[in-house]
Amino acid sequence: MRMKLVPDNTNFDFFKFMPITFGASMLAMVVSVVLFFAVGLNFGIDFLGGTTIRTESPNAVDVGEYRQALAPLDLGDVAITQVFDTSFDSSQHVAQIRIQQQEGHEAITPETIKSLEAALQTVDPDVTFPSVESVGPKVSGELVWTAVEAVAASILAVLFYIWLRFEWQFSVGAVVALIHDVTLTIGIFCLLQIRFDLTIIAALLTIVGYSLNDTVVVFDRVRENLRRYKKMDLKEVLNVSINETLSRTMMTSFTTLLALFGLYILGGDVIRGFVFAMIWGIVVGTYSSVFVASPVLLRLGVKRDWSKPSQGGGTQFSNVDA
Amino acid sequence: MLHFPFWKRLLIWGVTIVILLMAVPNVFYGRVERHNDAVKTIESSGETPELAADAAGWPSWLPSGLVNLGLDLRGGAYLLADVQVADVYADRMNGLWPGVRDVLRAERDTVGAIRRVDGPPDELHVKIANPDGMARAMELVRGLSRPTVSLTGVGSNDIEVSGQGDTIIVKLSEAEKRATDDRTVQQSVEIVRRRVDEVGTREPSIQKQGETRIVIQVPGIGSADELKNLIGTTAKLTFHPVVSRTSEAGADPGPGNLLLPSMDENGVHYIVDQSPVVSGDELNDAQPSFDQNGRPAVSFRFNPTGARKFGDYTRDNIGSPFAIVLDNEVISAPVIQDHIPGGSGIITGNFTIEASNNLAVLLRAGALPAEMTFLQERTIGPELGQDSIEAGRIATLVAFAAVLAYMFLSYGLFGLFANIALIINVGLIFGLLSLIGATLTLPGIAGIVLTIGMAVDANVLVFERIREELKTARGPSRAIELGYEKAMSAIIDANLTTFITAVILFALGSGPVRGFSVTLALGILTSVFTAIYVTRLIIVMWFERRRPKTIEV
Repeated sequence: MRMKLVPDNTNFDFFKFMPITFGASMLAMVVSVVLFFAVGLNFGIDFLGGTTIRTESPNAVDVGEYRQALAPLDLGDVAITQVFDTSFDSSQHVAQIRIQQQEGHEAITPETIKSLEAALQTVDPDVTFPSVESVGPKVSGELVWTAVEAVAASILAVLFYIWLRFEWQFSVGAVVALIHDVTLTIGIFCLLQIRFDLTIIAALLTIVGYSLNDTVVVFDRVRENLRRYKKMDLKEVLNVSINETLSRTMMTSFTTLLALFGLYILGGDVIRGFVFAMIWGIVVGTYSSVFVASPVLLRLGVKRDWSKPSQGGGTQFSNVDA
Repeated sequence: MLHFPFWKRLLIWGVTIVILLMAVPNVFYGRVERHNDAVKTIESSGETPELAADAAGWPSWLPSGLVNLGLDLRGGAYLLADVQVADVYADRMNGLWPGVRDVLRAERDTVGAIRRVDGPPDELHVKIANPDGMARAMELVRGLSRPTVSLTGVGSNDIEVSGQGDTIIVKLSEAEKRATDDRTVQQSVEIVRRRVDEVGTREPSIQKQGETRIVIQVPGIGSADELKNLIGTTAKLTFHPVVSRTSEAGADPGPGNLLLPSMDENGVHYIVDQSPVVSGDELNDAQPSFDQNGRPAVSFRFNPTGARKFGDYTRDNIGSPFAIVLDNEVISAPVIQDHIPGGSGIITGNFTIEASNNLAVLLRAGALPAEMTFLQERTIGPELGQDSIEAGRIATLVAFAAVLAYMFLSYGLFGLFANIALIINVGLIFGLLSLIGATLTLPGIAGIVLTIGMAVDANVLVFERIREELKTARGPSRAIELGYEKAMSAIIDANLTTFITAVILFALGSGPVRGFSVTLALGILTSVFTAIYVTRLIIVMWFERRRPKTIEV
């Protein structure tokens, strides 16, 4: 007896509720954009410049006391958050302190860090500083740009690749799904105010890759079925294809999520945000390959005459022999 | 037909085993690391029994390449430095001045008296008394220019000479500036490396980034601050004739002179000649030592040219003071007692033992050609790194176990085959990481975990396809074959797109993001390899042996 996420021979009509699902997706995107402009992302120092200091102490952290100790140093905006993690011992109390970019300095001066450390040690003599990170304004500005470039470049590269391998309609469908996933991920980061730093960009790009992976598998089947069922309605072909690949889609998403949840729970707080972005991305990416990419393809229509496969650049590797 | 020619089988298992062997050292990380360190030390400074024992701890015929642990896993310091390349322009102009002075003096009749006047630091302004001689003067100065030595600057000269009234303005040409920038950064990288090596930490990484930046990563060092102390000082040592001593901080040094503060005596300033007699570039060696009163000092020895200049100067100027200047501060200004012919001497000042040690290291490693500013820095404590490794290891194992169990529950025997391939896959990733000497970072571990999840995708695609093909029932052999054949297109497309994003991440990312992209890209390669060759070969071998009439996937 096999464990199965999806029963054999499903025959769901994925377009029955298309106005609702597609509408919900669009609404979620709009909400994300609104959140981005209204609330904004909780940028880390990678993008804002400034310094973060991680403190660790056997004594309980009193954020209020920390704040009071730092107030006389006149450091501007100081954010202090306590960090909790299942991997910590009961005698491990960790906090993260973020200081904004100091006026007129490329990077924070060692004197500032020393005075800050000294101030905290008056509150708690056992406190240690396992990590200190500082980013100057010049670099943070550049990092923002490279990040935007990286996301844009990967979307373009993928657009081009799919256009090469399929038809342009597929490529548009895939990219709409991609933009959907990236937007929703940024939206959730705005909503939950999780720190958005350079590694999250890496997660975003991975989501781009994963979401695509999913979409491409569905599209690949669509292409195959378009050849097989020449007379069938496009909507039917899409439905059949999604149903046929549904088992695989769920299976892969599930194993990936299984692995990621392991990392989320046990991997420590340093990469938790990163793993969260990926988990979210995979859920959204799986959804979008079915409920966003396919409706776009349906709306755009597709060339049905596949009798001359060499035209239009739709190359296939299916005859690659292993 | 499920036919695999013999040579292909041999090749697949061969490649797999070789790469897996490369992964083996990582299982015995501590022992192999000691072995590698010991071998290196024996090579450079001879054998001791302890080192030999360490070296013998790992057989030398086995591969000994390890996956480097990134700073976030090992602890250490990271700095992003910007080299102030423009500093060098001023030095070049100062170096040019004596030459310009000499050629113009030789033609005093046409150009009249000359003197250097103040201008921007990267320009040399020379005023001549007889403006009618401008054309001739400019011609003479132009005669000093040399062709630019660089690939891009072929055909252009190193300096540009222009006239403004009675003033000649000399500056570096754009091509020369670019060539100079490049040399300055290269030199800085070299000197930073020498300084870090002098301190002797393990596997520091010092790389040029972009036009004028240097990324410095030193594992095991206590803090970025410590690292900055080591590499942040230019350590430019020069010996200048002293013009006078003053206590006025705002005194006018006069043309051609510099006003420099004293390092130890508060409020005291020296006015010294701008052009040094000798500089630290001409040092052969520097060692910490003690002066005749037993106070810490630094002894030094010049190379032959430096020794000659130093000897000539001390011979001609007995009785007058000269200043020993380090980074624009006067360490001391002793009076020359005697002719010093041998080219060696001693620097005394108010040093602690540590400071004299440090100065000797800096002088030996050489001065930085330009100052550096620090744009980004990071210190990671070793305990945090250890915690991260521990958490990463547990998370990876749990993720691994969960996926293995789930695959077996879903696909039975075929799931077991996929699991063998998955285990091989992770081994291959580590083997390849060791082979290319990549650095494993925390996001890199996340990349591996993600790969574990996604690696089964190719197998899932194939297995699902085989299930479908089984329904049309043309026998298990045919179903397996068709399953692989038809899933191939989706496998290639799906993985290539992910691979594209990994490549873009690598190209545009830096630091931890790069570490992630490397493991992701390698993970894609190995998972495709294991899915379409290793799993398939296992299935074929099983099939040949059992010849089942029906299969269940």
